[in-house]
Amino acid sequence: MKIHEYQGKEILRKFGVATPRGKACFSVDEAVKAAGELGGKVWVVKAQIHAGGRGKGGGVKVAKSMDEVRQYAGQILGMQLKTHQTGPEGQKVRRLLVEEGADIRKELYVGMVVDRVTQKVCLMASSEGGMDIEEVAAHTPEKIHKVFVDPATGLKDGEADDVARKIGVPDASVAQARAVLQGLYKAFWETDASLAEINPLILTGDGKVVALDAKMNFDANALFRHEDIVAMRDLDEEDPAEIEASKFDLSYISLDGNIGCLVNGAGLAMATMDTIKLFGAEPANFLDVGGGATTEKVTEAFKLMLANPKVKGILVNIFGGIMKCDTIATGVVAAAREVHLSVPLVVRMRGTNEDIGKQILRDSGLPIISASDMADAAQKIVAAVSA
Amino acid sequence: MSILINKNTRVVTQGITGKTGQFHTKMSKEYANGANCYVAGVNPKKAGESYEGIPIFASVKEAKKQTGVNTSVIYVPPPFAAAAIWEAVEAELDLVICITEGIPVRDMVELKDKMRKSGARTVLCGPNCPGIITPDEIKIGIMPGHIHMKGRIGVVSRSGTLTYEAVGQLSDLRLGQSTAVGIGGDPVNGLKHKDVLELFMNDPDTDAVIMIGEIGGSDEEAAAEWYARECRNKKPVVGFIAGVTAPAGKRMGHAGAIISGGKGTAQEKLAVMEASGIKTTKNPAEMGKLLKSVL
Repeated sequence: MKIHEYQGKEILRKFGVATPRGKACFSVDEAVKAAGELGGKVWVVKAQIHAGGRGKGGGVKVAKSMDEVRQYAGQILGMQLKTHQTGPEGQKVRRLLVEEGADIRKELYVGMVVDRVTQKVCLMASSEGGMDIEEVAAHTPEKIHKVFVDPATGLKDGEADDVARKIGVPDASVAQARAVLQGLYKAFWETDASLAEINPLILTGDGKVVALDAKMNFDANALFRHEDIVAMRDLDEEDPAEIEASKFDLSYISLDGNIGCLVNGAGLAMATMDTIKLFGAEPANFLDVGGGATTEKVTEAFKLMLANPKVKGILVNIFGGIMKCDTIATGVVAAAREVHLSVPLVVRMRGTNEDIGKQILRDSGLPIISASDMADAAQKIVAAVSA
Repeated sequence: MSILINKNTRVVTQGITGKTGQFHTKMSKEYANGANCYVAGVNPKKAGESYEGIPIFASVKEAKKQTGVNTSVIYVPPPFAAAAIWEAVEAELDLVICITEGIPVRDMVELKDKMRKSGARTVLCGPNCPGIITPDEIKIGIMPGHIHMKGRIGVVSRSGTLTYEAVGQLSDLRLGQSTAVGIGGDPVNGLKHKDVLELFMNDPDTDAVIMIGEIGGSDEEAAAEWYARECRNKKPVVGFIAGVTAPAGKRMGHAGAIISGGKGTAQEKLAVMEASGIKTTKNPAEMGKLLKSVL
């Protein structure tokens, strides 16, 4: 689960990480009022969307007067902000963060993820802040310093200080940097984060270490113990189809192609998508109906796929194990009838009660195309949608 | 022979009183030598009771003492599953197979740290995996037993139904399996591809291996590089990686199946496998045929 920058900063502040003072705003008037309350002469107006790259897309502006605050808030609020992470259609800006301006002397980078190889939390830090860290990692990997944190002790003083010095924090500010790094680690650990990133972390003219940005993602499997974080979820930032799918315990992701796929199991679902591509078309979605698919779930899955106007055909690929093929076949027939299916449907079924399942499909009288294996199924649906 | 489990394995089910645990314990008990293998269950509140003739004990330690179990299978709900694994580790079982899906990553980070520091001898498979099967001997997990066939091909995979797909193709070609291992789709887990590959390489009754991976992480690369270094030409290995079409930054079902920071793409994995002498196919319908072609 993702949250906004201003929410990430709220969390970081609780763990002792310094951030600029700021306020989340939902209207231009609120933004102007917030700037007035913050005081000072310089403010930053920042679009709050979940995607990164907001600055380059025109979603972050420095205002030097109240009139500029009003002007920029008006420009940003409601805009379709396009960044390298939003896709070509962009994401509508519905919230702003208005912050006091900062005196930036140096921009640094710090981030945290769970490293799969060491199975520990990995702190990554670099002197090259403010930039795309993936670029830094690709071209100058020696500029990224890593610490694999012992879960029993947390990030130790010496480790934090060492990293701070390596990324160019002057001696006088090392103690502050330590507080930031240890606070970031505690925030990461205690909230069950899957990603925490401060880019940039800045050194100010007077030697303070301040988080100018905050990005946090959370482990979906741990949300049951974090009601406060669940409350930060912003459904406007999520794909409506994916939200709808999650209500029925379906794992669904929208993609750009025109062939809908319904599969049981994540690995098999990916393999099915790959097979469609192998035979020259593109999948419209990833959809895993899971192990306990019922007629209701299959029907909902069909509705989801068909709500996408790009879908010109559907491929169902089921390997029946504990879930029996006849159960799925009954669900497919019921779903096809309920949604008055008007696009070609190819079904490939294998495993438990395969023959009964196939008979149900044949007896339905529906124009369902049967396939013998995954490759056959992919070829048949690709042919059907291009006919 | 086989790897990890055989007809002499003795199993305790942790979570035997839940719906999933009951269903799969019953199915597993009915498979091959299951009636002899499934000898204990654990539930502290229901000690002294039984399920399907399997006695229930208060703890794994007690189950081990009374029945001599050496392996555990876990169906405990996610919030309690890491603690259940630790209980089996403390009881010094040989193998723990955790089927449970949805365990918080932090719980697994803590658990694996404790396991390393305690010098535990217990091998963990999973979590979020279909389990392990040695056909015609024993099935521990949720896979459909009837698609398997006894033989000499090793199967290792991160995914459930995709493993069944591979097994189904092999059985159709009359290529039986020595053991099929589902290592699971979570980012922090027990056995890795490399560990299972090594077991198969040293198993006199395995002639060749299918390794099935998916996007995310670098397990497949690590296994391929190990194979190239230690075992090239010892036994043929073929592979498939799911997720060529998966976009970066989108989690494809499994918690571990995500391309992040430009790492863990299917293309990268396939390239490393090919360079290591592992033949790969981009067509998942041909995994079985590919394996047959290298025998």
